[in-house]
Amino acid sequence: MSRTATRLSVIAALVVLAVLPLFLSDWIVFLIALALAKGAVVLGVVLLLRGGLISFGQALYFAIGAYTVGFLANKFGVGEALVALPLAVVISAVIAAALGLLLARFRGIYFAMLSLALSMILYTVLIKFYDFSGGTDGLSVRGFSVAGVTSANPSLVQYYLVLMLTAAVVYVGARFLASPLGYLMQAVRYNEIRIEYLGASASHAILASHVISGGISGLGGALVAYLVGHVSPDLAFWVSSGDFVFVAVLGGTGSVFAPFVGSIAFEFIKNYAVKFSPHTWQLTLGVFLLLVIYVQPQGLWTLLTRLRAKPR
Amino acid sequence: MTLATIDVQNVSRAFDMLRAVDDVSLSLGEGEIVGIIGTNGSGKTTLLNLITGYLQPTSGRIVFQGTDITGLGPRRITALGVARSFQVPQLYTGLTVLDNVLIAIAAHSGRGTDFWTPMYGREQLIKANEVLSRFGLRDQAAGTVSNLPEGGRKVLDVALSVILEPKVLLMDEPTSGVSARDKFSVMDTLMPALKEHSVTTIFVEHDMEIIERYAMRAVAFDGGKLIADGPVTDVLARPEVRRAVLGED
Repeated sequence: MSRTATRLSVIAALVVLAVLPLFLSDWIVFLIALALAKGAVVLGVVLLLRGGLISFGQALYFAIGAYTVGFLANKFGVGEALVALPLAVVISAVIAAALGLLLARFRGIYFAMLSLALSMILYTVLIKFYDFSGGTDGLSVRGFSVAGVTSANPSLVQYYLVLMLTAAVVYVGARFLASPLGYLMQAVRYNEIRIEYLGASASHAILASHVISGGISGLGGALVAYLVGHVSPDLAFWVSSGDFVFVAVLGGTGSVFAPFVGSIAFEFIKNYAVKFSPHTWQLTLGVFLLLVIYVQPQGLWTLLTRLRAKPR
Repeated sequence: MTLATIDVQNVSRAFDMLRAVDDVSLSLGEGEIVGIIGTNGSGKTTLLNLITGYLQPTSGRIVFQGTDITGLGPRRITALGVARSFQVPQLYTGLTVLDNVLIAIAAHSGRGTDFWTPMYGREQLIKANEVLSRFGLRDQAAGTVSNLPEGGRKVLDVALSVILEPKVLLMDEPTSGVSARDKFSVMDTLMPALKEHSVTTIFVEHDMEIIERYAMRAVAFDGGKLIADGPVTDVLARPEVRRAVLGED
């Protein structure tokens, strides 16, 4: 696909997403916003997957971002997105840097399990320290404003905020994938010996990618906190991390857009699965993933690229 | 006396009871081209692994341009200017030939953790194409490394280490797996470039014709010990070398 074609498709997708609220009911618009925000977290997973590293603890950064928003709104009365969102990114990235120093020494199943363990530590902390985290009750997010303006229709403002930030995150992700670091992460998957013998460092590459991945995921979590209006320890639970990995596989790892396509598909399937088979909705999701893996092992994203490639 | 570029001082490496490299001393000046010969298991590759820090010596020192590099890892030693290629090519097999070259170029300019500037920059592409042409890989640039024939992989492996513009280049059997037809053309493009930049070169080789044609000096190994060191024709003529390395009675 040529660069111009990609740019045109991106602009078209953005325009479509921008006018959707005019035609669709509020709950669908909300679901899309939620899916895009979570898609940012999935992109964080995908960046690490490039290096063959499965982060089974991405919910940690998701929850850190969300609780940053929760704390500011609930404990300090700051609902201002222009303060909370950058702070959420910075805090998530700093924590990702600290934990990355440890995680960058591990590969394969050890990386996956350690990241899972770290996220479960956060989960436990959020549950046990009731006074500051609200325990299992969580915290409500109040007083959302952007640049000091409190809108009469906050969910619409939030939708456009999510849309803009999704575009920004996609841009950062695309730069990452095309950069030396993005390629070095792929190199990590194939041959670490050669990386060292080029005078570069696999660990440094993983650490740097982990910081970017954590920051992006933290932003996704912060946006979800505003959308849902509430944060709870479940955000950090391993099932939450599992969902992100599930969506990463569902969407595919071949493109920066794939996580968002996967995430929208996931939210809608889940929504309808719960509606039509309330007791077996996980089964429906599982069958769908199996089907995707069987028919389109590179993920839903490749389905789109293949459709587009056909007319030629 | 001028400072040696690489100075291996009484280096030994034992694996349990086996002395893979046994009290070896070897000093190389700037721009020297040395061929290492010896049977399988005589310690040639172990010596390269010791010099590049992949293995640590049990005893002895390795000095590079006056700096003791004993105990440093491959990354630090490579960054100082000691590059190597491998007997079994070490490449990023799922990526294209061009990707491999561009990653090496990015690593050489210290951009390994640059996540913003595209790797496919204009300057980088010019440099990459120049390298690919020089090594005869230009036609395969867009192909995946795993589809490259063994000889091509070998050449690419050497190309990656040359991109690093090293002061010392260690090559482990650079022409094994390369077809007889291409062997000399690979060496003919490589060696003048190394000479031009006064790169101190050590290469392990089983093909005596290659040794005779391209090395200035030969070093023979047997059972972990250095048994001969000197001008190529002298070393190849010595009876102990003919017996141990060439298998003559």
